[in-house]
Formats: sequence, C-alpha cells, structure tokens
Amino acid sequence: MAPPGPPAAPAPVEVERPDVDEVAEPDVPWIVLVWNDPINLMSYVTWVLQKLFGYSRDKATALMLDVHHKGRAVVASGTREKCELDVFRLHEHGLWATMQHDV
Amino acid sequence: MFRARVRRTRKGDYEVRLSDQERQLLASLVPQLRAALQSGTDAGGTDDPTLRRLFPAAYPSDEERDREYRAMVHDDLVARRHAALDTVEATVGATRLDEQEVLAWIGAVNDLRLVLGTRLDVSEETEPTIDPNDPDAAALAVYGYLGFLLEALLSAVSE
Repeated sequence: MAPPGPPAAPAPVEVERPDVDEVAEPDVPWIVLVWNDPINLMSYVTWVLQKLFGYSRDKATALMLDVHHKGRAVVASGTREKCELDVFRLHEHGLWATMQHDV
Repeated sequence: MFRARVRRTRKGDYEVRLSDQERQLLASLVPQLRAALQSGTDAGGTDDPTLRRLFPAAYPSDEERDREYRAMVHDDLVARRHAALDTVEATVGATRLDEQEVLAWIGAVNDLRLVLGTRLDVSEETEPTIDPNDPDAAALAVYGYLGFLLEALLSAVSE
C-alpha cells in the first residue's frame, strides 16, 4: 500500500555490482554501412539519413562527411531483422548500403 | 530577383516553378527509368551496372543471404519506384504539389540521376562544365539539370 502524501523518492538500494567477466556483450551483432558513391548528392545523403533515422542535421551531416571522406560510415546497428529493414529503406532511397556482422 | 524553383507555401504544399521545357524533359526521362527497372529480374549476379546501382547487395560477401534478401525485397523496391514515377507522370505539369508528391519527385529524380550517372560513368572528378564536343554533352547536361532540380526540391522540404 502506498504511503500517504507525495510519493517519496525510492530509498537508495545497495546494488551488488556484477563481476566484470559476467557482463554480457551488448546485443548489437549487426551494423549497417553506407558507402561512398560519386552520384548521390551530399545534401541528398544527409536528408535521407535525417528522414530514415530521425538524426539531427548535425549528426546526419557528420555521417555523410564520413561516407564522403572515409568511403563509408556505420549509420545504424541492431538485430539482423532491424538492419535488414534499414538496408531496405536505404536501398529504396537509392543509397549504397550493406550490412555485416559487427566483428 | 532570385526566386526558388520549388518552395513550401504557407498552406504547407509546394509551389513548383518550372518551364514547359523542363517539364517536358522530366516527362521524357520517366520511360527510361521504367525500362531500366524492367530490364532485369532481381539483379542478383547481374553485370549490368545500372541494375547493380539501383538494387545493391545487402550482403556483398554472403551469396545465400543476399539471394534471400533480394527475393524478399526486389518486387517491393521495383513497385515503389514505379509508384513514384506514376506520381511524377501525373503531376509533371502541376504548379502545386503536396508533400507526398514532392517526396515522389525527389525519389524519382534521384533514381534518374543514378541511372544516368551510372551510364555516363560519372566520378567525383567529373567536371561541372561540359565540353560541347563531348559525345555525352547532352546527357551530361541533363544529369547536371537533374542535380539542380534535386537540390531545389531538397531545400524546399528542408526549409
């Protein structure tokens, strides 16, 4: 039963820290890459990344510049199913996207 | 005074100021993209660079998974591209476009650039100025125009 009055902040609880070697790897085994190509406009790539992933203009621009200067950038990650959908949406928009295991 | 070719209006739709020649050019390019879309099956293992550019591999180093991916998405990718072209054909003469129509124009114009740019084998070093003696001069001019139109559409939706 809830105590009367405004809800109190939960009392601090001692949390037992797990041993480091028990910490599981984060479950993000796949990454989505966008590759540089000479046709897609820089403004278009930035716009697509904003539209599909909800990235800010700054973040989308930084990713686009990585694609442009380094040849590729990781634009998303997650489960295989999620990454396949992301790749499909990028292909739908004419970007050169691939996915691979994040090794 | 400079006036944007495409701009968002206060009502939230888009005003498109293109000449009749520009509209005729755009209409004339649509069948080229339709033909490119129909020229292959699912582009898996094709040597046609245009198809490979329109339908890239999702798993470039895993043939089996890539085949599964193509089997799952190819028809959908083709259908969505045809739908965008349907919209462009239906509205190529319009002076006002709604949001969905502008998005269809953006998609179709970008696809046209992919097809034309791949055929012309453009690189990042391709000169913006065109040598009139170049046998590809006319196609390069169209490619350049599509880039200009795409920028105009993008700046209107990004306003």
